[in-house]
Amino acid sequence: MIAYKEKTDLELRVNGQSRTVTVPPGELLLDTLRNRLGLTGAKPGCRNGDCGACTVLVDNSPVKSCLMLTVEVAGHDILTVEGLQSAPEQKAFIEQFAFQCGYCTSGFLMVCHALRTQHPNPPDHVIDAWLDSNICRCTSYAEIGKAVRSLLSGEIPKSDAQNKN
Amino acid sequence: MEITLAGAAVRRKDARSKVTGTAVYTDDGRTPQMLTAKIVTSTCAHGLIRHTDISRAAALKGVCAVLTGADATMLCGPLLADRPPLAQGKVRYFGEPVALVIAESDAAAAQAALLVEVEYEPIRPVFTPSEALRPGAPLLHETLGAYKKVVDEIYPEPGTNVCDRIRLIKGDAQKALLSCHTVIDAYYTHPPTDHAALETRAAQARIDGDGVIHITTSTQAPHEVQKEIASLFGVDMGKVQVTAPFVGGAFGGKAGVDLEILAVLASRAVGGRPVRLANTREEDIATSPVGIGAEVYVRLGADNTGKFKALEMRVLLDTGAYTDMGPRMARAILADCTGPYNIEHVFCECVTVYTNHTYATSLRGFGHITSTFCIERTVDKLAASLRRDPAALRNINLIRPGDTAPTNFTVTESTLGNPEACLEGLKKLIRWEEGPIRQEGKFVYAKGLAMIWKTSSSPPDAGSSAVLLFNDDGSVTLQVACVEIGPAMRTTAAQICAAALGMDVQNVHVTMAVSTDAAPRHWKTVASMTTFLLGRAILSAVEDAKKQLRRLAALSMRCASEDLDVSGGRVSRRSDPAQYVEIKSICRGYKFQHGNTVGGRVIGRGSVTMQNLTTLDRHTGHGRAGPYWTVGAQAVEVQYDTTDHSYRLLRAATVLDAGKIINPEAAHAVVRGGMAMGLSQAGREGLEFDPSGRILDSSLRSYKVMHFSQTPEYLTQFVETPNVEGPFGARGIGEHGAIGMPAALANALSLAARVSLDELPVTPEKIWLIRSEKPL
Ligand code: FES
Ligand code: FES
Repeated sequence: MIAYKEKTDLELRVNGQSRTVTVPPGELLLDTLRNRLGLTGAKPGCRNGDCGACTVLVDNSPVKSCLMLTVEVAGHDILTVEGLQSAPEQKAFIEQFAFQCGYCTSGFLMVCHALRTQHPNPPDHVIDAWLDSNICRCTSYAEIGKAVRSLLSGEIPKSDAQNKN
Repeated sequence: MEITLAGAAVRRKDARSKVTGTAVYTDDGRTPQMLTAKIVTSTCAHGLIRHTDISRAAALKGVCAVLTGADATMLCGPLLADRPPLAQGKVRYFGEPVALVIAESDAAAAQAALLVEVEYEPIRPVFTPSEALRPGAPLLHETLGAYKKVVDEIYPEPGTNVCDRIRLIKGDAQKALLSCHTVIDAYYTHPPTDHAALETRAAQARIDGDGVIHITTSTQAPHEVQKEIASLFGVDMGKVQVTAPFVGGAFGGKAGVDLEILAVLASRAVGGRPVRLANTREEDIATSPVGIGAEVYVRLGADNTGKFKALEMRVLLDTGAYTDMGPRMARAILADCTGPYNIEHVFCECVTVYTNHTYATSLRGFGHITSTFCIERTVDKLAASLRRDPAALRNINLIRPGDTAPTNFTVTESTLGNPEACLEGLKKLIRWEEGPIRQEGKFVYAKGLAMIWKTSSSPPDAGSSAVLLFNDDGSVTLQVACVEIGPAMRTTAAQICAAALGMDVQNVHVTMAVSTDAAPRHWKTVASMTTFLLGRAILSAVEDAKKQLRRLAALSMRCASEDLDVSGGRVSRRSDPAQYVEIKSICRGYKFQHGNTVGGRVIGRGSVTMQNLTTLDRHTGHGRAGPYWTVGAQAVEVQYDTTDHSYRLLRAATVLDAGKIINPEAAHAVVRGGMAMGLSQAGREGLEFDPSGRILDSSLRSYKVMHFSQTPEYLTQFVETPNVEGPFGARGIGEHGAIGMPAALANALSLAARVSLDELPVTPEKIWLIRSEKPL
């Protein structure tokens, strides 16, 4: 076990790039991303693990960055919404009106992105279980569901989704 | 000229920003130089502040300043100035700000906040309006009579906990009730709820060397912030500059002036340095304002044909510790108290009452969720008692053009819309003809209905304005101050402008952030009135610009400007569109061949205010509360489990008379979103307090809003009865999806569980409790 007592220099792999930060051991990944790395796509909505607005992927699994210490992620791959390169989820969210205020959107996109890569063809109960981790207060969720399912049924061809719109 | 809507299905202009994480919200704009402010909140719901010791907090390393009520001797409030930004000598709710710490880091601020010591001498608290109205109840505001009225039409009753009372009288309800065939007597309650916007409220402030106060804030009303800050701090409005970037959901909860005051106090205390203040979720729920609670008594009488004859309604609003917008919601409830029904005799009294709850402010629906719940539950009870089909009973009672509104004026097709078409559409949508209830094994399937209506209940002088700037390339930059809180309002603004100019919406630019320096005043992004008010301002700005363009083009084309049309980026001859000049060649003035130029840059200006609205008379409620209504019909279908009283939402349906839909997909999505919020409020939401007044559910773990897997299938449809004064005939739809959902859900579940669910939210526990109290 590594014990971190003081401010520590860490090398993080964020969105495919190596970034060095100096953080106190108690710092949350959410705060490091937002305040030190300028990646403000991950949002605080509760800092308590309840809303999912802060979701990022760590080794391609969704993690609530308000529940993870930055020192824990050294050596792991972190993907934030800023690192999505014209992912099909982004296009599907636009087409299906899957956001209004957009505050929950980064978190939902990250969950959906990981869901698709881990479960290319998930049954409904898996979609439910995954998406229940996050809160959206603006949409009816039906739009988010449609966006997710539109990718499963291949409605949005991947090649097309690569093009910026 | 006939205006057509160009490009109906327009992609929102903020779409890419919102899916790439580049959309900037208030606290995203934090810079390393910014100090952090942290609120110290009251742990006591009602008490005198005996002693405050800030010395330990102030001595902590990294702390720049600690403020208490003594440092901010001002009172604020949009209607009645009764609220100190930091408690002065007394606290009136759990969570009330008592001190403010400003520090160099979040950690120092948080630690220092814990070191501020406040000693309270508790006073007996009151938690319901009826308790607070009882003779001998402890007073929240001993000096109620001395508070400054910010608006004339508010009527506090000093020596009591009543901050406002207003009545509506149409006909003689008391007498008419005596001769009714059937009278339903009912009592309903709705606890305070929370907006739970996903972005908690946040504000930043700095004061520059010239004394200009710069504020960035998550607000629905940047110009109101500007005005209020200028008046509280005694500076010219021009010295307050407010920016509203993207707002992460608002729902009425960000329409007041709240954290901005604290942020400016904080910055002032540290010599104008930039300070940020962002609520934790717990503060956002317990400290910043909540949605209003209510107790409501209803008596509805009908004759033997089922025709509603008389309505008596007494609404006690729980405005919490401070007045804020309570009395305005009282007027909104009053004006629409009957629901969209024609009732000859009406008496309604709305009393806004102080309690030791967190103070309340506007929340989507502006009181209509509560009033609709009460009326529509009562209508269902009447239908049951008369053994009538609830849809048929509603139908014969609907208000129709030519009838008289509760506030005593005649409604027209344009002002009202078509409630009947909404109800008929809804019946088809939910297959009402199959009947409202059926059982299969342990499950009961039931449908519940609700009719809704809502007008603006805005101040009669609410207004909006727009400026159109023409860029050298002929494109347009639209300057408007509606805030992008979610429903793509700024995209809609561009669409309205583009359609009126006959231009591609791609060539009409709007920034997403609003600055009070750049954009002309818009009342507030609230009340589902933005399309209406701002749309009209934009249309008038476009007309103004067109006039100028035609005048310039007339010079170049040597013809009368009356013979010209503006469309497609050109000004062309009506008789021969092949003769034209491009806007880009004249929008800087017309340049003659030798370079001499006449005219100047084209700038379109438009401004409007509400027309012919009046404040409601305090004794009779007569007056005109809004320019038109949006009416609708809603339904919810549930699957109720008779063994454990749990239920699932199967389908939720809405048919709204939207006047004219400007962006169809977006409109459906906004209505669905409203329905989801309404259902969440209906079945899950209500703040709970312990006996001493502490909020028990101040996190999103305990204040459980609806999640993905809990949503029903949504069915939405629009009727389009033009509102002749609205842009393209449009009516507002922003709040309406939410309004009837609690009523419809409670009606469905009351039918399914054979109980009377008269208290929100309707939870399985409540059904179980009622059923175990009186077994059927
Ligand atoms: S901020 Fe992390 S879950 Fe809400
Ligand atoms: S879009 Fe606003 S919270 Fe999801």
